[in-house]
Amino acid sequence: MLSVNDINVYYGAIHALKGLSFHVEEGEIVSLIGANGAGKTTAMHTVSGLLRSKTGDITFMGESIEKMEPHRIVRLGLAQVPEGRRVFSNLTVQENLQMGAYIRPATQSREVDRDLELVFKRFPRLKERRRQQAGTLSGGEQQMLAIGRALMSRPKMMLLDEPSMGLSPILVQEIFSCIREVNESGTTILLVEQNAKMALSISNRAYVLETGSIILKGKSSELLDNEQVRRAYLGA
Amino acid sequence: MDFITQVINGLGLGSIYALVALGYSMVYGIVQLINFAHGDIIMVGGYSVYLVMVIYGLPVWVAIPVSIIVCALAGMLIERVAYHRLLIHNAARISLLITALGVSIFLQNLFMLIFGSDPKSMPTIFPAELIKLGSLELASSTVINIVVSVLMMMGLQLLVDKSKIGKAMQATSEDAGAAKLMGINTNKVVLMTFAIGSALAAVGAVLYSNTYPQIKPDMGNLLGIKAFIAAVLGGIGSIPGAMLGGYILGVAESLTKAYISTTLTDAVVFGILILMLLVKPSGLMGKNRKEKV
Repeated sequence: MLSVNDINVYYGAIHALKGLSFHVEEGEIVSLIGANGAGKTTAMHTVSGLLRSKTGDITFMGESIEKMEPHRIVRLGLAQVPEGRRVFSNLTVQENLQMGAYIRPATQSREVDRDLELVFKRFPRLKERRRQQAGTLSGGEQQMLAIGRALMSRPKMMLLDEPSMGLSPILVQEIFSCIREVNESGTTILLVEQNAKMALSISNRAYVLETGSIILKGKSSELLDNEQVRRAYLGA
Repeated sequence: MDFITQVINGLGLGSIYALVALGYSMVYGIVQLINFAHGDIIMVGGYSVYLVMVIYGLPVWVAIPVSIIVCALAGMLIERVAYHRLLIHNAARISLLITALGVSIFLQNLFMLIFGSDPKSMPTIFPAELIKLGSLELASSTVINIVVSVLMMMGLQLLVDKSKIGKAMQATSEDAGAAKLMGINTNKVVLMTFAIGSALAAVGAVLYSNTYPQIKPDMGNLLGIKAFIAAVLGGIGSIPGAMLGGYILGVAESLTKAYISTTLTDAVVFGILILMLLVKPSGLMGKNRKEKV
């Protein structure tokens, strides 16, 4: 469904991604794990078009997207929940969710309203706060809002960048079970996480990223038992 | 009564500042660029009215829409030619600022070349009458300025709050990256912002040339700077703030002229700016933007 082949991304003189390749098949949850600065967010931003790769190619559902503008990539059905949530803090919760449905035409307004109710059903706390400015929400609520907002575009695939960041363990559990539900309802997931244990526990496959290249890949269950992964990322 | 008349006259003048300030404020809100060429858009609007009415001898109801369209197109053209490449490559703000000054100088000289540097007198746009409100006597231009500016602000606020492009503008202004991830074409949003801001400046130009029936190529300089001060005073990025700033500036000018000295008006205006920057740099209705680290 998504295939990234040999991309090289630079920040000025810094070579952030060195020949990175990975792929995600339809229906999967794939996680990209690695330490701070390994290049995980850079990889996300390159897929969604916010950053450009110097070489290599990226295809999504058979279409080449490495030179496509971000707003067009979203229209193909690839939504991103960015690192640090990045909700629109001056807009209300409901307006944020409607913003997520920006690409859907006015003729779909009834379906959009129905999807809004589905998001509220999934996250009842957002419904309680629907008229509140998003900036006043707690971190966990903002994460829910960011996921809900991405769902509003009815994506075929969702990229999640560090959804566990800064959240309490209980909230992390909640967010991850929500990610699993989203996947079960038919959305393919690419998950970027520092929390390797959580990421490996819900994903089918995983890639381990270190200083811009993949150093390990495989089934998540096998990586959980891998000695190298256990030592470096699971603190065992 | 005389005092009230002066205040209302000030509001009339302030209405023009306010309309121009909206353009500064909107553009700044979206791309953090102080578009110093914005004042010259008023000049472009003034000359468009002049061209249609004097050279082609067409009536005012043709001149106004033509002026609005010409200014909107000019705003978009300036964005595309001068700013676009700087914006998409995240150029330093100083480069943008210098480019804006360059555009301003270019426009003034272009019009000087075409129309000459001597002032042109404008024909009557709206017939001047005295309007009596109880014991108040007001020039019709003052009343028109106030009514039009209030209507424009209400329309703009409605556009920003309710329309799709308005929502996209709000999102882009807060976080352009996140807006792109929503599928918003932020390039288009920027272009539309320039178009709308410039169209408002065209309305300002019509009101200005109706109030002070004379145009010249450098007329945008002082008017632009004052409107910019109005935008800063009200809180740059805020629509009601820009209006409020414009009105305050107009009233301050009018009262200074009436009770202190006509030569001191500009000093008072700049004094207000300095005071505001010392006391509340974010402006009356501005938000403190949190700096991203």
